[in-house]
Amino acid sequence: MAFYRAHVLVCGGTPCELGGCRAVKDTLLEEVNRLGLSSEIRVLETGCLGPCDQGPVIIVYPEGIMYARLQPGDVKEIVEQHLLKGRVVNRLVYHEKKEEAKSVVTFESSDYFGLQERIVLRNCGRINPESIEEYIAHDGYRALGKCLTEMEPAAVVQVVKDSGLRGRGGAGFPTGLKWSFTAKTDSNQKYIVCNADEGEPGTFKDRLILEGDPHSIIEGMAIAGYAVGANKGYIYIRGEYKLSIERLQHAIRQARELGLLGTNIFGSDFAFDIEVRSGAGAYVCGEETALIESIEGSRGEPRYKPPFPGVSGIWGKPTVVNNVETLANIAPIILNGAAWFRGFGTEKCPGTKVFTMTGDINNEGLIEVPMGITLRQIVYGVGGGIPGGLGFKMAQTGGTSGGCLPKEFLDLPMDYDTLAEAGSALGSGALLIMDDSHCIVDIVRCFMKFFKHESCGKCTPCREGTTRLYELVTKITEGKATNEDIALLTELSRVMQTSALCGLGQAAPNPLVTCLKYFEEEFGAHLNGYCPTGVCTMPVANVKVG
Amino acid sequence: MKSLEELARIREQAKQNLQLRESRDGIKIVVGMGTCGIAAGARETMNAILDELIKRNLSQVIVTQTGCVGLCEQEPIIDVTLPDQPKVTYGKVSPDKARQIIANHVVNGNIIGEWVIRSDKQ
Amino acid sequence: MPAEKYSSTPNSGLLSDIDDIIRKHQNRDGALIDVLHDVQALYGYLPEQAMKRIAEGLSLPLSKVYGVATFYSLFTLEPKGQYVIRLCESAPCHIRGAVQVLSAIEEELKIKPGETTPDSKFTLEFTSCLGVCGVAPAIMINDQVYGNLTPEKVKEILRSL
Repeated sequence: MAFYRAHVLVCGGTPCELGGCRAVKDTLLEEVNRLGLSSEIRVLETGCLGPCDQGPVIIVYPEGIMYARLQPGDVKEIVEQHLLKGRVVNRLVYHEKKEEAKSVVTFESSDYFGLQERIVLRNCGRINPESIEEYIAHDGYRALGKCLTEMEPAAVVQVVKDSGLRGRGGAGFPTGLKWSFTAKTDSNQKYIVCNADEGEPGTFKDRLILEGDPHSIIEGMAIAGYAVGANKGYIYIRGEYKLSIERLQHAIRQARELGLLGTNIFGSDFAFDIEVRSGAGAYVCGEETALIESIEGSRGEPRYKPPFPGVSGIWGKPTVVNNVETLANIAPIILNGAAWFRGFGTEKCPGTKVFTMTGDINNEGLIEVPMGITLRQIVYGVGGGIPGGLGFKMAQTGGTSGGCLPKEFLDLPMDYDTLAEAGSALGSGALLIMDDSHCIVDIVRCFMKFFKHESCGKCTPCREGTTRLYELVTKITEGKATNEDIALLTELSRVMQTSALCGLGQAAPNPLVTCLKYFEEEFGAHLNGYCPTGVCTMPVANVKVG
Repeated sequence: MKSLEELARIREQAKQNLQLRESRDGIKIVVGMGTCGIAAGARETMNAILDELIKRNLSQVIVTQTGCVGLCEQEPIIDVTLPDQPKVTYGKVSPDKARQIIANHVVNGNIIGEWVIRSDKQ
Repeated sequence: MPAEKYSSTPNSGLLSDIDDIIRKHQNRDGALIDVLHDVQALYGYLPEQAMKRIAEGLSLPLSKVYGVATFYSLFTLEPKGQYVIRLCESAPCHIRGAVQVLSAIEEELKIKPGETTPDSKFTLEFTSCLGVCGVAPAIMINDQVYGNLTPEKVKEILRSL
């Protein structure tokens, strides 16, 4: 057996790969070899560690020292100083971007990680995602074994119901209830689908889970299959996520080799297998019926509901569609019980939520925190505040289809229900933070352009509506709009929210409606030919001073 | 995969390989690897320690290194910490001494008093 | 990938490659999208002859193949430049300076989004969120994603290609 005194984990998530983690890893291996340390130091790639803006990131165990923003040229120093002589290279250590930053930060002790509660991301950045053994070492597949050897399918559904887990894709529908609909149907063929078509702008949590802990998805899907009586699963991954597709395919092969997929799993008569399907660039395919159309090889246009997929999904058969993050919660719930899960988060929204922080925030990246944490705790606590001493203008929660909240809402608890009341949504967990140097109308125009591009064209309210919203908002940014245009926008938004076929068209007006409500003054200024932040180009004749 | 027992076997095996990253309270050996330590032969001592641990299949032991502690004339220096026991520091640890320390102290819990240069009070 | 590969129209020899791709996928239901992915990887786009062959091979109406090929933004029916630049225009990139990055690309290549350079080297397009917002603004050139871009950095990247 090989014995290593140190393990060096190189973050191999996509953002780090962009930062050149391959070159860092290669140099690391070279240097380790050069100094004859290859038999005592193990270099391995792991999934995303979270602080993406700091990539490439590595962690040196057993100390757990985290180095950030590495260049291949820095590696020699780390190998010679830290790995050989045990001296931490302070210059390169991960620093939290806060005023009173600590100098040496270990993976576990930083504030960035300290406020977090990692259930979904339990293995991300800790294990080698390409090793099924490392997943198993962390209790992997034990939950599946427990289900198949000790529990009836109905009992599995009951535990998930009792846990209060709600779908993490955006809508927040109770997962156990969804499973129970499909479990009740009488069909010789049922399907489990993992929705990994992560397209909501500002969201990249699913990619990290897929890249960092692929087996947790496979295990969650197999448990779902047993619970509802399905023997076939599909993972639908967007075509842009090349690394996720590779990692999942690799993980599925490993699971088949160990008999964790296939027939007679754990000696039971349960059989389950999974196939990866990839999308080809269509945001609407994140909608579950559009996704099903796409898996069937068709244009990804949403279906009329009802019937819902739980009763009639892929090829008309009962189908459970669950988000990646939802499935990653399943195994821990089975192992630790519903009561344990309810110990996190709020009563109506138990558990944790993975948020991706983007925009004007010091710690861009991804975090997992208990449901019900306030926006302020995220932005100024885990997020490290806003760079450049600028003020907080607004946060858009739930991605581009979510609403925009001004600073009055900083103390709002983040969960499905309270955010919906505020006119926004928790959605996918995307958090776009904007400082006060940006123009609200300009950013709304950017949101509207997105929906105009992504509308699939099947229903009229969305196809026409998204285009008209974009045109009208553009008119405002050009200083050519009037009060009538605002009235038209409000009316059109209402029509779309109530009559569009699927969530895309219904949610498209959300950012506009909330901004019209909370930033009325700034819209008003534009009607008067004045952009307070100076971002929009206004007709010169209309410019009013100050 | 035929049974929970089979899974448990794979898990135990895999856990061994992960001890290093997981364990926070196991046996720790720290080798002084400052310039002075290396000059005094700490690399050879380290190699002997690793070799001995592999031979004895002691995968739960964590080996790290540290810089110079200022007792340069005592190098190579190693610290040995057993769970719930104070840290013991040995000086002038040759490869051969290192092997004996593992046999007596790490495996059997007998501190080799004559080589100790410092022992923390509990 | 070499440019010449993209400008060729499939001859009969290449059509047999399409048959191989179809054979690889045909025992799976709903394999059309995967077949289109593989065929596009072969030619750089989806030529009409290729779509006809796919329709025959999978026993689907040509209208269905065409409908799917035109629905998804990663598929293209036109030959493109050797390097297809996809610029993310979603909000997180927008507020981190995607507009300036776009101007820099336009200035460097003298083309607008949707256009290809006269030497067929570069095509510039917009894309929705690439899911790498932690390193916004970002672009994707063929399969490779680049992040933390500035106008200077993107010009450097383009010149290195």
